[in-house]
Amino acid sequence: MSAWRVVRGGIDSVAGGGLLVAAVVVFAALPLFADTGTTVRFITLFIYLVLAVMWNLLAGFGGMVSIGQQAYIGLGAYGLIVLADQVGLDPFLSIPIAGLLAGAVAVPVSFLAFRLVGGYFAIGTWVIAEVARLITVQFNQVGAGSGVSLRALAGTNADARNELTYWWALGLAVSAIGVSVLLVRSPLGLALTAIRDEPTAAASNGVDVTRVKRIVFVVSAAGCGAAGAMLALSSLRVQPDSVFSVEFTAFMIFMVVIGGLGTLEGPIIGAVVFFVLQETLGDYGSTYLVVLGVLAIVVVLFAPRGVWGLLGGGGRVQGFPIRYRVLARKEQP
Amino acid sequence: MSALLDVQGVGVRYGDFTALSDISFAVAEGQTVAILGANGAGKSTLLKAITGLLPPAQGRIGFDGLDLAGVPAHRRVGRGIAMVPEGRRLFASLTVEENLLVGARSKRSGPWSLTSIYEAFPLVAERRARRAGDLSGGEQQATAIARALMSNPRLVLLDEVSLGLAPVVVKQVYATLPRIAAEGTTVLVVEQDVRQALAVADHVHCLLEGRTALTAPASDVTVADIAKAYFGVGVDDGDSGHDGVDDEGVVP
Amino acid sequence: MMDLLSGVTPGALLNATVQGVLLGGLYALFAAGLSLMFGVMRLVNLAHGDIAVLAGFGALVTVQATGVNPLVALLLVVPLAAVLGYGVQRGLLTRTVGPSPLPSLLVTFGISVVLQNILLLGFSADQRRLPSGDITQRSVSIGSINVGVLPVAIFVTAVVLLGGLSVFLARTTTGRVIRATRDDPDAVPLMGVNPRHVYGIAAAIAFASVAVAGVAYGTTTSFTPSSGPVLLLFAFEAVIIGGLGRLWGTLVGGVVLGVAQNIGAAIDPAQQILAGHLVFLLILAVRPQGILAGRRAVTA
Repeated sequence: MSAWRVVRGGIDSVAGGGLLVAAVVVFAALPLFADTGTTVRFITLFIYLVLAVMWNLLAGFGGMVSIGQQAYIGLGAYGLIVLADQVGLDPFLSIPIAGLLAGAVAVPVSFLAFRLVGGYFAIGTWVIAEVARLITVQFNQVGAGSGVSLRALAGTNADARNELTYWWALGLAVSAIGVSVLLVRSPLGLALTAIRDEPTAAASNGVDVTRVKRIVFVVSAAGCGAAGAMLALSSLRVQPDSVFSVEFTAFMIFMVVIGGLGTLEGPIIGAVVFFVLQETLGDYGSTYLVVLGVLAIVVVLFAPRGVWGLLGGGGRVQGFPIRYRVLARKEQP
Repeated sequence: MSALLDVQGVGVRYGDFTALSDISFAVAEGQTVAILGANGAGKSTLLKAITGLLPPAQGRIGFDGLDLAGVPAHRRVGRGIAMVPEGRRLFASLTVEENLLVGARSKRSGPWSLTSIYEAFPLVAERRARRAGDLSGGEQQATAIARALMSNPRLVLLDEVSLGLAPVVVKQVYATLPRIAAEGTTVLVVEQDVRQALAVADHVHCLLEGRTALTAPASDVTVADIAKAYFGVGVDDGDSGHDGVDDEGVVP
Repeated sequence: MMDLLSGVTPGALLNATVQGVLLGGLYALFAAGLSLMFGVMRLVNLAHGDIAVLAGFGALVTVQATGVNPLVALLLVVPLAAVLGYGVQRGLLTRTVGPSPLPSLLVTFGISVVLQNILLLGFSADQRRLPSGDITQRSVSIGSINVGVLPVAIFVTAVVLLGGLSVFLARTTTGRVIRATRDDPDAVPLMGVNPRHVYGIAAAIAFASVAVAGVAYGTTTSFTPSSGPVLLLFAFEAVIIGGLGRLWGTLVGGVVLGVAQNIGAAIDPAQQILAGHLVFLLILAVRPQGILAGRRAVTA
């Protein structure tokens, strides 16, 4: 028997896991004692959380900065409308399906996008998002330039609908976190770290760099698509200029940068911080965005590990059991 | 003769790793000094400290009487220190002549100009319009030396100019050194090729694992003496039996 | 589909091509700065288009305050843009230069958001246009085509500036030093050159050239504080279509983009920008190294 054993977790990840389970329980029970207004606001939080997790997966772990994820948010949103109104599927079940469809679109897109790297890859993703928007508005079936409403839920009881939407949103957020944890914990996650640190060495050690990156790209797109579908469902309407807006990218970058790029805990913290800021300062429009922008720049330059990094995370402390620690096995008599 | 370059008690670290420890020597104006040692002995680190690419953790480096501490790398050329870096480091997309012109950016007054360089280095003159990245190793080395001379330095540092070159080419490169010394330029040569270095140097300084293992006028040492210092056999290594195993029974 | 194409006569196509070529010069000028910053410091400035818009507003303010025409306003705006470029590079971006593209992308994206919103606060979202006097009305007839004097003037300016930049890089001391720094920023201090200073110069040139492009653009098209991103996309597409690493490549790229857009507009005016994007994606798909293929392909 080996004198060593590898341990993935520790007291900190047990605490983190416990905290998460407790939070989920509390959130699940929320609609039972909170009013509709509060419930609806938290739906927004959960959507932000999914977006933050997905952007971080792509940029923080995959090393690919995308400023065009709004392509999949928009496609997911329109996808939901089409699936629910025109194909006739249950609107709530359409959320994950719309996500999968967005992910499917990302597969051929990746072949095109991967011809670029770094900063030019980033702008390329934006071009693709613009193309997605410009093509979508060609179709009169989805209202062309003025957008379209979700009719499948017309006439349903608003409170019941909001509660159901809320639970689906919570489920989506938990799934997004779960998927990212599992992905990073898996051998794929190890490959990602290797690629991020030294791509040439990773490739010569048998890591199929392109395949790994493609998987992350597609998963991130699917997640954003599901978030977009969720958005369409909760607002009951999509408008091309808002659902394909680059403002989503600005929000995603802010959340991930503030929270802590490249960590699993970071996007969660970032989404919460962003949500609080949005609730308190969101009415100030442009001034608010200037503040966000300046804050993001300051954090990137002076505190690149984000809030989670400042709290000591990302190194010795982790909230999720993903690192590897080699411990000596206790002596056998 | 007063010292042009005065290195006193210099130590350099890369993080936790000590690359140089307590290095002291002085180079008089007009001398040619060879710094010898195996890979990892600290030779390139020493040159980086002198040119300002790496700050010393301890000690002092004086040039022409003034302390170099705090003087950034890009200002040291103007003071009269030029380096021919390890691996040549020519600007690949520029022509040979353009490389020389960049070398002349911080030029001081002196004998070297484009004309006199071309006279002294006909090989370089022939290639003047060629893209530097297309040259052979020996041609690049000659160009790199010429580029360093364009600033009319008082002290020229040559970092492992024999690396990666065929022996006959190395000979050609070293044949240019007397021409440089003849102008009164002080030369510091970092080398692994002991024979070649001994042939040109007035004084040698041998490093072993970041410390000085031997320092003497070139005329006073033989290749054998240097080999001992080079590999840590004999001089000051706690191995009085000179059998490769130190006095505590450990193979160093 | 046939309905779409029925409006396109050979004359309309020819006209679209000519307009496209002229527009291409302007796009190339937009692209030059983006390409220079990437070439010298491997930095993609996501706020590139917003600097052009800032210059446009700068010219607008100057014109409104003093009554001079935009050409004269350039004398003030361009040097200010150069100084801004140097300052932003050495103050903010110098820390982000390095092996990972993430920090510079995040910081320049942040700058873009901040700049757009400050302009929105200062100038509102109204459409603006720089007055160019009666030159906009004047046109020259060549055969069956009506060519506006202003687009021709802009094209000529763009080509002259690109040529000037090319000569500057190839023949002057500073240009040589910039090329040397691009080749080996770690060896260049040994020549007495501070690479950070060189990066500042490159950024100053980039900001100055995009300022000229922005003011020129502002005389032909109306702009708002949010017009920056679309200009960034055009600059980027011109760079990639033309091929990385070549200044004249960006002219070719700009022209191809301009022509694609105008032919698209001839088919359907609403599809001008989409046409450009689609041609870009097509070239990315079949010839990713660009038309004037540089020594390196774009892929990793």
